[in-house]
Amino acid sequence: MQKKTMYSFPDEVLEHVCSFIQSDKDRNSVSVVCKSWYEIERWCRRKVFVGNCYAISPRMVIKRFPEIRSIELKGKPHFADFNLVPDGWGGYVLPWVVEMAAAYPWLEEIRLKRMVVTDQSLELVAKSFKNLEVLVLFSCEGFSTDGLAAIAASCRNLRELDLRDSEVDDLSGHWLNHFPETYTSLVSLNISCLGSDEVSFSALECLVGRCPNLRTLLLNREVPLDKIANILRHAPQLVEFGTGIYAAELHPDVFSNLAGAFSSCKELRSLSGFWDAVPAYIPAIYSVCSGLTSLNLSYATIQNPDLTKLVSHCRSLQRLLVLDYIEDDGLEALASSCKYLQELRVFPSDPLGAEPNVSLTEQGLVAVSLGCPRLHSVLYFCRQMCNAALVTIAQNRPNLTRFRLCILDPKMADYQTLMPLDVGFGAIVEQCKDLRRLSLSGLLTDRVFEFIGRYGKKLEMLSLAFAGETDMGLHHVLSGCESLQKLEIMDCPFGDKALLANAAKLETMRSLWMSSCLVSLGACKILGQKMPRLNVEVMDEKGPPDSRPESHPVAKLYIYRSVSGPRLDTPPFVWTMDEDSSSDRSSIAIRFSRGGRAIGKTE
Amino acid sequence: MEGRLVLLGGGSSGVSTTESAVLSKVEVVSEACSYPAESELELGLGLSLGGGGGSTGNTKAANSSWGECGRILTAKDFPSVVSHRTNNGGSSSVAVSGTKRAAETESVSHDSGSPTGVSSQVVGWPPIRAYRMNSLVNQAKAQRGDELESGIGEKDKPKDALKKKLDYNGKQTSSATVNEKAYLGFVKVNMDGIPIGRKVDLNAHSSYEGLAQALEDMFLRSANSAEKEPLTMASKLLDGSSEFVLTYEDKEGDWMLVGDVPWRMFVGSVRRLRIMRTSEANGLAPRFNESNDRQRSKPI
Repeated sequence: MQKKTMYSFPDEVLEHVCSFIQSDKDRNSVSVVCKSWYEIERWCRRKVFVGNCYAISPRMVIKRFPEIRSIELKGKPHFADFNLVPDGWGGYVLPWVVEMAAAYPWLEEIRLKRMVVTDQSLELVAKSFKNLEVLVLFSCEGFSTDGLAAIAASCRNLRELDLRDSEVDDLSGHWLNHFPETYTSLVSLNISCLGSDEVSFSALECLVGRCPNLRTLLLNREVPLDKIANILRHAPQLVEFGTGIYAAELHPDVFSNLAGAFSSCKELRSLSGFWDAVPAYIPAIYSVCSGLTSLNLSYATIQNPDLTKLVSHCRSLQRLLVLDYIEDDGLEALASSCKYLQELRVFPSDPLGAEPNVSLTEQGLVAVSLGCPRLHSVLYFCRQMCNAALVTIAQNRPNLTRFRLCILDPKMADYQTLMPLDVGFGAIVEQCKDLRRLSLSGLLTDRVFEFIGRYGKKLEMLSLAFAGETDMGLHHVLSGCESLQKLEIMDCPFGDKALLANAAKLETMRSLWMSSCLVSLGACKILGQKMPRLNVEVMDEKGPPDSRPESHPVAKLYIYRSVSGPRLDTPPFVWTMDEDSSSDRSSIAIRFSRGGRAIGKTE
Repeated sequence: MEGRLVLLGGGSSGVSTTESAVLSKVEVVSEACSYPAESELELGLGLSLGGGGGSTGNTKAANSSWGECGRILTAKDFPSVVSHRTNNGGSSSVAVSGTKRAAETESVSHDSGSPTGVSSQVVGWPPIRAYRMNSLVNQAKAQRGDELESGIGEKDKPKDALKKKLDYNGKQTSSATVNEKAYLGFVKVNMDGIPIGRKVDLNAHSSYEGLAQALEDMFLRSANSAEKEPLTMASKLLDGSSEFVLTYEDKEGDWMLVGDVPWRMFVGSVRRLRIMRTSEANGLAPRFNESNDRQRSKPI
């Protein structure tokens, strides 16, 4: 310990102050002030977030932070959501669970995203963490209802079980029965991803009935509409509710029962589910509409006018997820009714169809940008866009923080001028000074990247597809975007130059994904050799990249910073480029040594 | 920080792309680069970039493979394969993805024959999560009155499907018992002897041959086939003359030989696939007669 002077704080005081500091960034700042602050901070940190499970080993986390109560881990790259990452790539949670079981017996919260979670892992979790309160498996896979049964049986203090978007092997619906009769502490249950064999309805009803603190219940699709009323009557205190399939033959009894059940839920603020919703049953929720702050209709097949009518009822709406059935008209109505709207996501109802099936254009988004002053997060799928609209949106909504535009046809130009959409997206990054996340689409040249590099100073995540013309595009982004953390690129003509010229930048980012671009194997090898704190992983399902010339572009490339070196669990189709990986070292060495400065030598 | 790449477009250094000039180019790069600490790296960059030669592509590097293949490939090198959708014009229709990708998408478009008017699909585009995509694609197909996708109950007749589109206010005939699993585009595939399972998109194929070809590509050319299986022709997976046979688990949990029922019916009832050793496949019942409660569907 440092020698204390009368001017220094006692450690206990600092620790107490520290306990109020929750944000990771602030805690990181505290820890670099001086050695004693580093020590104090690390002993009192209770939450850790690991954005890439391969960036650090579990042991290193445990060594630095011995008293963690809550951990969040992310595994696969984001593009795994779109089937770009083959099965078996990695992201296994088991090694983490094994280490944490020994080190963190008091662990309370586990949050995982895009990780492979096996039944074995879940069983180990159930056995090791008696105080577990929160288990969130977001977009995970690899486990079955057997694993869930183990959790249900052992985790007496479980408050939150959230399986959103995970892929669960169905074995039996009886895992719910494994919650003991004495178990009453459930607060949040999200089983919306489960299939038909995976939920025993009677067990569910029992569970819901005996948990008075239940606030969130998101059912799976297979729960029929006529069962909803019963569930709601068991839990009128619900704040967040997800229906199952919202379609049935219209029976007045069923309808009035349902409407009555909804109206008795005075705390309801969020609704979702609505698979295959039919208009006939929509009015059953009218009584709760005025209080709703979040509404997810993105699986609902209702169209206008019913859809617009419903949305217009929800004047307190802050978050809306909807299909493009809402059309421009519906979005205009939304803009005039829902002044508190913060987040809008519009998904395509027919993403693969060749022709538009609905009348949704850029106008709808323009209307919302004008009418909703608090709008800051947008995900919008459409079939046409123009620079004028994007400029208008940017001027209307400089407070945008997330803007993801997906024009379904790759490389669509501005439909009015036939120009690229560079200027439009340029306006977005220029006006929206707090923009953190951006996804581009449409016809785009290197120019848009000039804008992004110049103005996108707060940009943390950028997603590109079919954009750009030369390496300058990538160079603008890598050299200009100071806050960039995640960059994901598919099908863009970016090659070696920009990547190698900005190699050091990659260490300041979490990860870079490039697939179907023009980065050569040789460049990957160089990068892997020269940057020991980067893992440069080449992915190729057709065979070893060494079987092709070094100038050949690699199929998929995933680069991420890591303090724990190359990972040891790479599947057969992933090759890590490092000092040992080059089989062509001899030819590279020859070329370099001619210049008089050999870099073939190790450092 | 400007960080202009000196090499691009010949630039201010005015160097030519001969080999010796490549080396002097190297020096220029290391000075001009915004990361001077990485000068060693820049040397390496210079040489590899010299091999690339920008858009001129005329470098005569000592190593001929660098010279030949080192130029940056441009859009002109690749045929237009990415999207066949109708454009509003003006947008470039040329893809810049690698040839391998082109081959994949070409085979997909050959294969699917676009029965639903859908253009060839690029993996990863549009960026919609798989679960949502399956759900949307099949809702859309139902609304387009595609009779061939159902294979489940007698209720999903084409008339009802059309009715859904025109008169959705009316009775909704699809009940909660319609099995979502039947519409999954991606199904899991496991092959005996290979621990890593894969997924294949059934929506991308319109026939057994296409599916078998895709599976062959996936499994029999995988880098780590420890036992070098003799490469079987795709059709052999279907006609039982190879060491492996293609089987599937249907929605009733039974394992069947692939190929006996019309394609659409198969797609409607398959839950997952398994490439099984022929020796283990004895005793699998090929299906001869359709069970009574299946909708009669036209063979393709």
